[in-house]
Amino acid sequence: MKRNLLFLLGVVVITAVLLLIGVPVYTMHILVQVLLWGAICSGWTLLGRFGITSMGHGAFVGIGAYGVVLLWNHLGITPWLGVPIAAAAAMLLAFAVGYPCFKLRVVGRNFSLVTMAMAVVVQLTIIAARDVTGGSLGLTPKAQTSAPLLALQFPNKNVAFLFALGFWLVVLWVMTRLNASMTSLSLAASAEQEDAAEAIGINVAREKLKVLLLSAAVTAVGGALLGQYLMYINPETLSGSPVSLQILYASIAGGMYTVLGPTIGSGLTLALTESLRVLFGTRFIGAANTIYGLMLILFVIFMPQGIWGTILSKLQGRTSRRARSLL
Amino acid sequence: MLELKKVSAGYGAFKALFDIDMSVQAGEAVGVIGPNGAGKTTLLRVISGLIRPWSGTITLNGQEIGGKPAYEIVAAGIAHVPENRRLFPRLTVEENLKIGAFVHSARGQLRERLAWVYDLFPRLKERRNQLAETLSGGEQQMCAIARALMSRPTILLMDEPSAGLAPVIVDQVFELVQRIREEGFTVLIVEQNIQSLLDVVERAYLLEVGTIKLAGTAAEMREHPFVRTAYLGM
Repeated sequence: MKRNLLFLLGVVVITAVLLLIGVPVYTMHILVQVLLWGAICSGWTLLGRFGITSMGHGAFVGIGAYGVVLLWNHLGITPWLGVPIAAAAAMLLAFAVGYPCFKLRVVGRNFSLVTMAMAVVVQLTIIAARDVTGGSLGLTPKAQTSAPLLALQFPNKNVAFLFALGFWLVVLWVMTRLNASMTSLSLAASAEQEDAAEAIGINVAREKLKVLLLSAAVTAVGGALLGQYLMYINPETLSGSPVSLQILYASIAGGMYTVLGPTIGSGLTLALTESLRVLFGTRFIGAANTIYGLMLILFVIFMPQGIWGTILSKLQGRTSRRARSLL
Repeated sequence: MLELKKVSAGYGAFKALFDIDMSVQAGEAVGVIGPNGAGKTTLLRVISGLIRPWSGTITLNGQEIGGKPAYEIVAAGIAHVPENRRLFPRLTVEENLKIGAFVHSARGQLRERLAWVYDLFPRLKERRNQLAETLSGGEQQMCAIARALMSRPTILLMDEPSAGLAPVIVDQVFELVQRIREEGFTVLIVEQNIQSLLDVVERAYLLEVGTIKLAGTAAEMREHPFVRTAYLGM
C-alpha cells in the first residue's frame, strides 16, 4: 500500500515537471500513445497472465474506437456516453464468445484460435459496412471545435496526456485490486490444475468470464480514447489481428506477470515502430511487424517473463509468476 | 447423511459404475476398497459433481445433489481431496489453503479458518510461504487435506491418500485421517492400502468392476474369506 502511494506520488511529480518545463509536441504525442497502449495491454494481461491467451483483443479495441465515433458521427451521441456504450458492446461480444468457450472448456491454443477468428470477423465487418464505417479508408470523428472536451476531443496534447494518464492509473489500480482478489488466486490455481480447482468448489468458467469481461471493457475504453486522440480510425490500425498481435507482443515483451511490464512493452514497440519510420521512412512498411514476430518468438523461448519481469526477478532474487505490487 | 441409490456413471460410452447403493452416516468413517480400475475414483467424482451420474439419485441430508455442478456441491458441504493431492504447485502453501475457502460461505471466515487449520497442522504453518511443490509427499497430502477442510465440509471425500507415498509416510497419513475423524468429520475414503484403511474406518464397501461386491463393518471385512484371500493375501 505504501509503495503504491509512493508510486502515485512519483507519477504526479513527474507529470507536474513535464507539464511545467514543457515537453516537445512529438514527445507528448508518443507519451500519450504509450500510456493508452500500455493500458490496453494491461487490460489484456488481466486474463493473459493466467495462460488464457486471447489473440483477438483487437476486436475490443475496434469496437471501442468505432463504437464511439459511429455514435458521434451518425447519431450525435457524445463520446462521454459513447465510451460506456462501446465498452458494454465489447463486453457483450466477450460474453458471447467467452461463455461457450469457458463452459465447454475451450482452453489453450483452441481459445487463441477462437479469439483470433473473433478479431478477424470484427475487422471484416467494419470493412464490409463501408457505408457507415468508411471501410478500409477509415473514419474521422466530426470535429467539435468550439468545445472539444464535450466531444472528448483533444486538440491540446497536454489535456490528452492528462486523460491518458488518468485512464492508465485507473487500469493499474484495477490490476492491483484484481491481483489481491480471490478471483486472481482461483484463476492462478485453475491455470495449474483445472480439475483440482473445480473439485475445490471454484466455478472456473464464471471466474474466467468475469475477468474476460473486465479485460474487454478496459481494452475497449483504451481503443475509444486512442481513436478520439488520433482523430482517425482505420480497421487496420485499430482493430483486427495485427492489433491483437501487437498487444500480445508488447505484453509478453514487457512482462505480463508484472504490473508495469505491459506499459514498458508498449513503450518499446512504439519506440521500435517510430524509429523504423524515422530511419527508413516508407521504404520498409511492414518491417516493424516482421521484427515484432521475430522478437515474440525469441521472448517466448528465452525470456518468458519479459524484460521488466526479468529485471524485477533479478532484483528481488525470485521468480514471480504473479505480480504482487504496483511494480 | 450421504445416500447413493442405484447410481450409474461412466465416461463417453464406457460405463464405470453400475447401480451403486451406498450410505454414509454422520460422524462415520467409511472406506471403499477394490482393485485398480474398479471405479473407486469415478465414484468419488460422481459424488463431488466432477462428472454427472447417468442415473440414480445422490442425496446429502435428504437433498438431491446428483448432477449439480461441483461448485454447488462443495458449497453444500462435500469436500474432495483428489487423487495424487493435486495441489497448485506454484502457489504457496497459504495460497493453496486460501483457495480452499473459495466457496462464498467460507470467505468471510478466511482468517479463522486459516488459524484453525494451522492449529491442526502446525507443520503447514511453518511452511506457509513455501511453494507447494517444495513440500514432501506427506506434507503435500497434509496440505491437500487442509485445503479441503478450509470449506468446513460436512463430509470429506479422500481419494487414495496413501498413493505414491513411502511406507513410513503412509502411516503418518493414516494418523492424519484418524485425527480428522477425532475432529468429528465424516469421511469417505477410497484406498488400495486395505490393511491400514480397515484400521481407521468403521465400515467398508468392496467395489469390483463397477459394482459393490461386499459391504460390512471393518471387522467383518477383515475376517471375510474372500477379502482375506484376494486382498489381504492370507
